[in-house]
Amino acid sequence: MRLMVNGAEQEVDSGPLASLLHVLREELDITSPKAGCQQGGCGACTVLVDGKPQRSCLTPLASVEGAMITTVEGLGDAGELTAVQQAFYAKYGAQCGYCTSGMMLAATALIDATNGDGVTRQEIEEVMGGHLCRCTGYVKIIEAVEAASRGETFDLEELRRAGTAGGEETMILDTGGQS
Amino acid sequence: MTAASTASAEVLIPSSPSEAIEAFGDGDGIVVIGGGTILMPEIVAGRLVPERALLLSRAGLDAIIREGGTVRIGAGTTLEAVAAEAPEPLATAARQLADPEVRRQATLGGNISTISDGDLQAVLLALDATVRHTGSGGERTEPVASYLRRFGGDDERLALEFGFDEPEAGSYTRLDRPHAHPYTYMAVTAVRAGSATKVAAKGASPGCSRLPAVEQALADGASPEDAAARALDDAEPFDDALASAWYRSRVLPTLVARALADL
Ligand SMILES: Cc1cc2nc3c(=O)[nH]c(=O)nc-3n(C[C@H](O)[C@H](O)[C@H](O)COP(=O)(O)OP(=O)(O)OC[C@H]3O[C@@H](n4cnc5c(N)ncnc54)[C@H](O)[C@@H]3O)c2cc1C
Ligand code: FES
Ligand code: FES
Repeated sequence: MRLMVNGAEQEVDSGPLASLLHVLREELDITSPKAGCQQGGCGACTVLVDGKPQRSCLTPLASVEGAMITTVEGLGDAGELTAVQQAFYAKYGAQCGYCTSGMMLAATALIDATNGDGVTRQEIEEVMGGHLCRCTGYVKIIEAVEAASRGETFDLEELRRAGTAGGEETMILDTGGQS
Repeated sequence: MTAASTASAEVLIPSSPSEAIEAFGDGDGIVVIGGGTILMPEIVAGRLVPERALLLSRAGLDAIIREGGTVRIGAGTTLEAVAAEAPEPLATAARQLADPEVRRQATLGGNISTISDGDLQAVLLALDATVRHTGSGGERTEPVASYLRRFGGDDERLALEFGFDEPEAGSYTRLDRPHAHPYTYMAVTAVRAGSATKVAAKGASPGCSRLPAVEQALADGASPEDAAARALDDAEPFDDALASAWYRSRVLPTLVARALADL
């Protein structure tokens, strides 16, 4: 079966009832969608299907043939973070990162749907309420989405420099490509 | 229709209602997948290994038609569409279920056909809804109540469409747990149609059921409070992981009173 993932056509061998999550992670080595609960209850596996957020763990492969799948690897241009990604970084919207790709994709779809009009806190809570985060307490995530929806951008180099001021290093993990 | 096949599963993907009906046949040995929000975790975990599956997502069973005082909703309609376009109290009940991503995928047919008490079953009972379905012996239309009683039997059916009269007024009251994805452990639906008020509950008894003693009291002229006090006449409160029978028996009359007050 052929699948369009992040703009590239992929040939996949998994069976038609394999979950999209399984295909992305195990067959295509795209590991940003996380296998959290695998029961639809946490949102860690959310990807965009034709621009709309969808739980990849609940999605049979056969149902997305011909659809455009987007994961965070496919957001924005290579080497450039999108406004949502920048805001999550700058506002400390990510800690362990397990929920982050699902959160960022849901936020991206929400902001895209509003055509730059900004989103309310209530809309964020409603749309992202099914995404669980065990680290941040949600406040920082909501602030990041609000900032991105207002079109705020951040100088990440400047933030990094500020983080090392006074000899204290901001912890930036180099995962060496592991996830 | 497309058919994807592997050694383990043949998946039929009809592109029209008639193709879906033909593919389902007498339902023998075929697993129907609506949105898959209940089935997929079973399949992924290997608890369900379908040899043949019928995927309804492209079958065109997703129209909501409101005309001439009646409502018809295709079984493949997503709960997102039900929340946006169905009349009350069905829209409110659908809106409170799960979260937007699950609602965009989950279908009304799946909610009514799941053995694990979909929240909307009691809403359709209060609406006196019917279901048109197919399987062995062909198509027939029957009350949703009879369709639900089929659970546990071996008469496999493919739900095609739900129908009911547009109600004059409706209300839906439910209890939630503080969590993003609560299946409600108790909810009450009240519907006014003509001179009658119909009331149904989820969580009053195992499964979903109407509360005829409440309805009769209202028909006899009782006040909403007095009628609500009859709620336990038709309930069989039970213990489960979400609530005790004791708690259910105390909450039910209050929820019925609230639903009647909101009508
Ligand atoms: C995080 C999360 C939260 C949830 N919260 C709730 C909740 O609060 N309340 C609630 O009620 N549910 C909840 N659900 C369960 C589920 O999403 C809904 O009940 C949904 O409506 C099921 O529909 P589906 O199309 O996805 O079902 P599927 O998984 O496709 O099917 C469920 C069952 O119905 C059968 N079926 C499906 N369509 C038909 C048809 N047309 N004809 C005959 N049989 C059919 C299937 O064979 C299967 O047995 C939740 C699920 C998740 C993942
Ligand atoms: S892994 Fe898909 S919702 Fe949790
Ligand atoms: S950052 Fe750890 S789960 Fe959200």
